[in-house]
Amino acid sequence: MTVPTPAPDPRGLARELGLTDAEYERIVATLGREPSTAELGTYSVMWSEHCSYKSSKVYLRQLPTAGERVLVGPGENAGVVDVGGGLAVTFKIESHNHPSFVEPFQGAATGVGGIIRDILTMGARPIALLDPLRFGGVGPGDDVERTRRIVDGVVRGIGHYGNSIGVATVGGETVFDPCYAGNPLVNVLCVGVMAADTIQLARAEAVGDVAVLIGQRTGRDGIGGASVLASAEFGDAGVDDAKRPNVQVGDPFAGKLLIESCLQLYAEDLLSGIQDMGAAGIACSTAEMASKAGMGMRVDLDLVPLREASMEAWEILCSESQERMLALVAPERLERVLQVCARWGADATPIGEVTGGDRLVFTHRGEVVHDAPAASLADDGPVYERPVADWVHPEADVPVDDWDPPADLRAAAMTLLGSPNLAPARCVWEQYDSIVGSGTVLGPGADAAVLRLPGGDPAFPRGVAITADGNGRWCALDPAAGARLVVAEAARNVACTGATPVAATNCLNFGSPERPEVMGQFRDTVRGLGEACEALGTPITGGNVSFYNATGDAAIHPTPVVGVLGVLDEVVARVGNAFQAPGDALFLVGAPTRPGLGGSEYLWRLYGRVAGRPPAVDLDEERALHALLVAGADVGWIRSAHDVSTGGLLATVVESCRGGGLGARLLPEPGVAPHQWLFSESPSRVVVSVRSPDAGQFADLCALRRVGARRLGVVLDEPRLELQGLIGLDLDEVAALQDAALPRALDLDG
Amino acid sequence: MRVGVVQFPGSCDERDAALALATIGAEPVLLWHGEADLRGVEAAVLPGGFSYGDYLRCGAIARFAPVMGALREFAGRGGPVLGICNGFQVLCEAGLLPGALTRNANLRFVHREQHVRVEASGFWTGGCRPGDVLRIPVKHGEGRYVHDDPDALADAGQVLARYCDASGELTPAANPNGSIGNIAGVTDAAGNVAGLMPHPEHAVDALLGSTDGQRLLGAVLPGRSTRGLSAPLRLA
Repeated sequence: MTVPTPAPDPRGLARELGLTDAEYERIVATLGREPSTAELGTYSVMWSEHCSYKSSKVYLRQLPTAGERVLVGPGENAGVVDVGGGLAVTFKIESHNHPSFVEPFQGAATGVGGIIRDILTMGARPIALLDPLRFGGVGPGDDVERTRRIVDGVVRGIGHYGNSIGVATVGGETVFDPCYAGNPLVNVLCVGVMAADTIQLARAEAVGDVAVLIGQRTGRDGIGGASVLASAEFGDAGVDDAKRPNVQVGDPFAGKLLIESCLQLYAEDLLSGIQDMGAAGIACSTAEMASKAGMGMRVDLDLVPLREASMEAWEILCSESQERMLALVAPERLERVLQVCARWGADATPIGEVTGGDRLVFTHRGEVVHDAPAASLADDGPVYERPVADWVHPEADVPVDDWDPPADLRAAAMTLLGSPNLAPARCVWEQYDSIVGSGTVLGPGADAAVLRLPGGDPAFPRGVAITADGNGRWCALDPAAGARLVVAEAARNVACTGATPVAATNCLNFGSPERPEVMGQFRDTVRGLGEACEALGTPITGGNVSFYNATGDAAIHPTPVVGVLGVLDEVVARVGNAFQAPGDALFLVGAPTRPGLGGSEYLWRLYGRVAGRPPAVDLDEERALHALLVAGADVGWIRSAHDVSTGGLLATVVESCRGGGLGARLLPEPGVAPHQWLFSESPSRVVVSVRSPDAGQFADLCALRRVGARRLGVVLDEPRLELQGLIGLDLDEVAALQDAALPRALDLDG
Repeated sequence: MRVGVVQFPGSCDERDAALALATIGAEPVLLWHGEADLRGVEAAVLPGGFSYGDYLRCGAIARFAPVMGALREFAGRGGPVLGICNGFQVLCEAGLLPGALTRNANLRFVHREQHVRVEASGFWTGGCRPGDVLRIPVKHGEGRYVHDDPDALADAGQVLARYCDASGELTPAANPNGSIGNIAGVTDAAGNVAGLMPHPEHAVDALLGSTDGQRLLGAVLPGRSTRGLSAPLRLA
């Protein structure tokens, strides 16, 4: 076999591709020679931060990943959870932050496409998407024009891809904070469902299996997206126009054909293995499949259908053209595989085969251009223990809970309720199809989306609840405490619907790992996540790390976004967050209201400050609350449940009132200052409504389970919120204020 | 009753339409776009989605699919055909329905719970009477109905439904896409071919929301014309 020709100036090229000199020496030692251009291309993308997790690996190993329901944990394309009834659900969250800043529409669209293919790769039909989004501020002094442009592009991009591909967008977050002005966060979570015994795993099963490239032609779009975009900071000037061609372009129609083709291939059990092509394209998919199976692969790049015939070998290998999958097929099944793809109109081309040994060999124009051990690319990348410095937020010790209460409680309440972070994001949801698939029982605006699963007993359909939550301010002030709070909130949202939280996925959005204090934030965040996931019974089944969310000196708040999946054995038992009927009794269930203004929306909206310590969460208390919510839903006593989170009790009750077109009268909590009672974001609290005759039994249930339950008040017929002895709010006035907040801030149709 | 649901590449709501038909007691049959064979169905639904990607005008490619020739012939014989959303667009492009559907007035995709007022009485109004207000979701980017003479269309009894508010008023705020005359659905002159932008197949199951769509889809059930369906059907 011929040996690949070394690149003209290999060391210089390595530097240009973002490899360090030490990494370059390691490649030379692995190969026993100077690398070729194609090899430098594959090593640079496979060893990039985005693909190799080289800065985060040492910490991620600490996360709890096992659980009785976990069928597949981290390391595959997405985690898979047993939800009972012979069904399995796969779910994962990913980021597409950098591309979405450079080109919001295509960046967001391809983010949706990418996570859908991860789910599809596991053997599942993708059924739902959630989009936790974070943008720059929209207040005075913010670059609102830029934020508008990004929001508009991102929302249109998500809708363009998700609506056209027939996967319902059922939830998400829309958060505005100046720290995201130069680094918006576009995270996308996808959920898929399959029969538990049909999980597809990505590994090369047998020598002689044919590698079939399914989907779009390979072009020059997205070359080096993972290494160049996602693994470097933006310069001081922000968006670098030269990076725009690195953003991939999505084609949802091609994605749809790919989904339907793959689902039929799975149904007929035709594949030995399958892997999607996301970051690093052919290089990554071949290296990962071969490495997992401990085998080699040989691919003839001349067989790869190209958009431009002049593409060089390294370009073909590293292209991130979208809507492509690599399937491994036993030779006797090849003809049928090609037939199935042809029926759906998806291109399918045999490009290589599985070989013995461990080498990943690529030929191009008759020459061997790449010959390297697959595992050295996929698994044996560098692992760094980056320098770590303790992170201390300069405002963390400000005693914000001791500050004077607002002089005018009513004015403070209205100012807070008008925040873009609390306003229902109707102008965003309206651009998404949240109902395709006929499974959306609770959609946008719910604490967690609830999906009816296909299959199983049609008389008693099963369901899952899914949510994604983050809180950058809490995590900036205290990363470990913030991370615990975020997991607790996500799991609580799921429990509010009556579902039992069973597993989690995380998207860790951070600044540059080359800054010791960012690594300090990261270390503490992972510790907090691990503690909370362990305590709440929600192991992490997969996720994604996004570093380098920094522009010049400005880094984002450390922002872990946590998705939690819950199971409902009977989906009809689900509970929504809207009040149901006047006269229903209201309870505040769970922990007592504690001082909780540190990092709160109240402090941000009224004082423009991120300060104080986030409130502490007692994880045992939290878990007991979840069990109570599930039990209360199960017996049918809980008519609505809504967790107290951003904005505090007031914002929570307003949402429940508005959801039901009703009002409420609330009794203040003795011994708690009115502004803490209304605005504290202290955790483990849920507003529950029950029929008045059930109130006694419900209180007994809480007492039996040692979960606190205080009578909070009563649901009223008219749209009015009476805070007894304090103030009254006209909810029509509040509705007008809130409904205008986002459209006005974003000037959506102006 | 065997009811065909056409499957184009890029269709998204074909399984939903089939599920809805099964829910109300009909027998759904998937019809493949590439085959000019209606498999003996007694009615046909063209579902929502993005046929062939709809990167060109919506429905502009789908009208040339082999199945459309068979459908045209079926419709010409008086066979009931309902186009929902993308299906409505396809039927307009195929010349089986009057008018055209263009980009929404605000140039955005819109998905919302929508009230529509039934305007006509014919096969596809099922168990509804003119003036009935139904709650049925819309979700589309190109649903702005245009027609040169909407009054003449209404006079001919070809306006099936209009967008309205909860009380049945035809207000501009209740018009989700800028359609002329708030028109949400039309029929051909004979009345057996109909198009609707709202999705009745997404309004048949109380667990998921409104059940008003049953009153339209129920048109395909046997005995409907004598029995009439003034109330939502119970699940089978």
